[in-house]
Amino acid sequence: MTLSEVVAISGEAGNFRVTVKEHPRYVDVNKCIACGDCTAACPKQVDSEYDAATGRRKAIYVKYAQAVPLKYQIDADSCIRLKKPGACGFCERVCTAGAIDFDDTVKQHQVEVGAVVLAPGFEAFDPSTAGVWGYGRYPNVITSLQFERYLSASGPTEGHLIRPSDGREITKVAFLQCVGSRDENKCGNGYCSSVCCMYAIKEAVMAKDHVPGLRTSIFMMDMRTHGKDFDRYYQRAKEESGVRFVRCRVHGVEPEGDSGDLRIHYINEQGRQVEEYFDLVVLSVGLQIPGHVKKLSEIAGVKLTSDNFAATSDFTPVSTSKEGIFTCGAFAGPKDIPQSVLEGSAAAAAVADCLAPARGELAREKAYPEEREVGGEDPRIGIFVCHCGSNIAGVVDVEAVADYAQSLPGVVHVERNLFSCAQDTQDQMVQTIRDKGLNRVVVAACTPRTHEPLFRETLKSAGLNEYLVEMANIRNQNSWVHADDKKMATAKAKDLVRMGAAKVARQISLQPISVPITQKGLVVGGGIAGMTAALNLADQGFEVHLVEKTSGLGGNARYLGHTWSGEAIGDRARRMVDKVAGNENINLHTGFEVTTAEGFVGNFRTTIATRDGLTKTIEHGVGVVAIGGKALRPREYGYDRIPSVVTALEFDRLFKLKEQHALGAKSVVFIQCVGSREEGRMYCSKVCCTHSVQSAIELKQEDPGRMVYILYRDMRTYGQREALFKKARELGIIFINYDLHGKPVVSENGKQVTVEVWDHVLHRPLQIDADMVVLATAIVANPDAEKLNRLYKLSVDGDGFFQEAHAKLRPVDFATDGMFVAGLAHYPKPVEESVAQALAASARAATLLSRSQVSLDAVKAEPNLEYCDGCALCIDVCPYHAITLVEGSAGGGAPAEKKYISVNKAQCKGCGLCQGTCPKRGVAVQGFTMEQISAQIEAALAV
Amino acid sequence: MLDTRNAGSVMIVGGGITGMQAALDLADSGYYVYLVERSGAIGGAMAQLDKTFPTNDCSM
Repeated sequence: MTLSEVVAISGEAGNFRVTVKEHPRYVDVNKCIACGDCTAACPKQVDSEYDAATGRRKAIYVKYAQAVPLKYQIDADSCIRLKKPGACGFCERVCTAGAIDFDDTVKQHQVEVGAVVLAPGFEAFDPSTAGVWGYGRYPNVITSLQFERYLSASGPTEGHLIRPSDGREITKVAFLQCVGSRDENKCGNGYCSSVCCMYAIKEAVMAKDHVPGLRTSIFMMDMRTHGKDFDRYYQRAKEESGVRFVRCRVHGVEPEGDSGDLRIHYINEQGRQVEEYFDLVVLSVGLQIPGHVKKLSEIAGVKLTSDNFAATSDFTPVSTSKEGIFTCGAFAGPKDIPQSVLEGSAAAAAVADCLAPARGELAREKAYPEEREVGGEDPRIGIFVCHCGSNIAGVVDVEAVADYAQSLPGVVHVERNLFSCAQDTQDQMVQTIRDKGLNRVVVAACTPRTHEPLFRETLKSAGLNEYLVEMANIRNQNSWVHADDKKMATAKAKDLVRMGAAKVARQISLQPISVPITQKGLVVGGGIAGMTAALNLADQGFEVHLVEKTSGLGGNARYLGHTWSGEAIGDRARRMVDKVAGNENINLHTGFEVTTAEGFVGNFRTTIATRDGLTKTIEHGVGVVAIGGKALRPREYGYDRIPSVVTALEFDRLFKLKEQHALGAKSVVFIQCVGSREEGRMYCSKVCCTHSVQSAIELKQEDPGRMVYILYRDMRTYGQREALFKKARELGIIFINYDLHGKPVVSENGKQVTVEVWDHVLHRPLQIDADMVVLATAIVANPDAEKLNRLYKLSVDGDGFFQEAHAKLRPVDFATDGMFVAGLAHYPKPVEESVAQALAASARAATLLSRSQVSLDAVKAEPNLEYCDGCALCIDVCPYHAITLVEGSAGGGAPAEKKYISVNKAQCKGCGLCQGTCPKRGVAVQGFTMEQISAQIEAALAV
Repeated sequence: MLDTRNAGSVMIVGGGITGMQAALDLADSGYYVYLVERSGAIGGAMAQLDKTFPTNDCSM
């Protein structure tokens, strides 16, 4: 439902009634074929929202080239015709599909649902509201989103970095951080937006790639690169790309005469006031909740925090204050893409927990006619040549191609379509396949990457096996790249069609493989993440085995006090332990370790054992790995040698127990980044800044006379945690910045400890006499990760943490199907992020467990036992470990007692490396057999 | 007691990266999903980005 907004929600969890208002598109989506003729004819231009006003769009437009649905829309606010009936109307005249409907109206829909997920997102802060940055006044001051569009090949300048004022290539650019974040005076947004530091570094690095010699400076207060692999990126930007970082907040931008250049005043690290000129200034704008989302939260009746984000508990990070209504993404606090994707999955898990009894009740499976057997028939090939509007037909003589196709062997039908992918054309194709008795199809159009699934559907709907279609890519690989030579492009299109026909004639029907799924889950690790995943899967109705190496559940939560928002971790963890123990779907195995594992998605078999050698075997369809991490044992700052130098966790315990030493301390120094962000461990442990600030606040509140110092490198109280940092400063806690090359020095001094550090504000060394020194130690990976890596073929990064399948889009999946990761085992993170990730892992696991079998693509390697001599060369090259060597009789007439290969179809991805490696034609990928490929090559050469 | 008359279906408000992920996971687990998007196409803010950190992958 696009162009739609929620205007009312009534009812309660399990039975909501939602009123959705659908705004008119003025274009019939069933008729629009997205040819673009309307846009070409439209005389009205306005700023493009997609290009953040760096480019223009027409009044009738498509949001962006790859938009889904790819349907045009008319913007009623700028359309000449809609404002003045009778005027203009060019689009209607040129639309051959007859899709324009100026009489379209608002529609109201009533939808009844069991749960609602709010994922309305954020808006970028608008810096024109505060005049100091000159945004909206000086053309060369732009926002980071606008800079992103300038960098993009699909942007207004196709990736060329030029100044908006005069079109000159840029040579020197400044990025100003925290515009609209960490600033209550100019924008009222006190929180940190969490993502701007990283995107500014990325934009600076990318810009330097675009313009060799470009000078880039990032002006910041703290570099908050706290995510996985972010600190390494920061280091590379500094050392390899030469991005300059200046630790200073800039409070204004001034123009330099009418040259278009901009002047910035700042204080450099030596404490001097400096004036510098730039030809472009990029404002790193923060994220905020738009007005329409505040309205939505009122409609939904969910509470917001003082920063206007959805209020959630750290233990239920995707549940709003209203039962049955969930949140994910930036609505519940500023966050980056992986965290948003992960929360999307987590919200799915929370919904599923709430609605589990009704799973599958309303879901519909598409029905297809029975498949016609075509094995005994001679090929009757149909060829569909697509114009793709003018995309293909504007270059290739499609009529000549169609005439030529008629002459190819086996071809009984040829037709041309304006858009083969349009819904009405699809329906017509189904009819043609039936009427003409076609048994093979070639679609000469675009790329199979995006459109093959669609045409496979078409064949299925026509009662043909879906693999009997071949695409000839006469657009991406032809008309787009040979636009300057129409004659040759037409000749190449004929070649491609001939090759496609030759290949498809030799294609046989393939049946998708289905693998049964053991509908049980295994969770390794009984900390917060493991327990959360196990409980969610169990509450969704699945049987779960929870394996914990130690004798008790709880993991690191047993040593932690509060989450950043002040929720007691111990109590919640204990309640969770009770819930796990009392859940009849959870089989708990404490004191057990995973020792061996075999199998693949849907069908794993894991053996676990105690220290005494007691073993159990578990059959499971999916696995969640949540083996946690540990606090580093420090080797610096006199730890182990000086009794009053302790780690943060040790200090928490001493303070909680009201131990004399901790309670009586009149001067306490916290040292940050102990073991983090340095050679050998170049990552941020993410939780320590917030932890130290919280402890410092507690110390100061208990005794305001106590001196509390925090020595830090970058204060990373990201997101809404920034409020803690502010509070700490207000309470008089002293923050002193140090850098990696000037680490503090700790020495014993009688009963006290002296901490010496260089003060960047005073520009002299500072000596602090402390009663206690608290070391904020790094979180390190669990060494067991290596073992699980070997057993399940997972991957582990250089720091020992598990590597997810894709940093952005698959943040909880492993590359090995059916295995998922959550919690500290993936990367250091606070409780609420561990919980969200565990829920996400559970949701991802449930997409498999909710079915009794998983259907896999039929394009798989198939051994030919007549030729395979068991040389095993293919085994080494198979990246998916899908091939094994078998000894014995292969059966089916094969000689007894020989070696041959066997392919596990569930693990095979059909990549074809085995086929390319095999010297004997002993293995072939279905749909890409040697016979087919040879026929294609012969057809290519037969001119 | 949960009233389950319509409990097999879910509405997701917002078609950005997080809403799409929630929609996909729920649909794949056997729920009927209504995805409501304010603008003319799904994709959200990520579709406006050129590259993404820290891998410099294209964001499309």
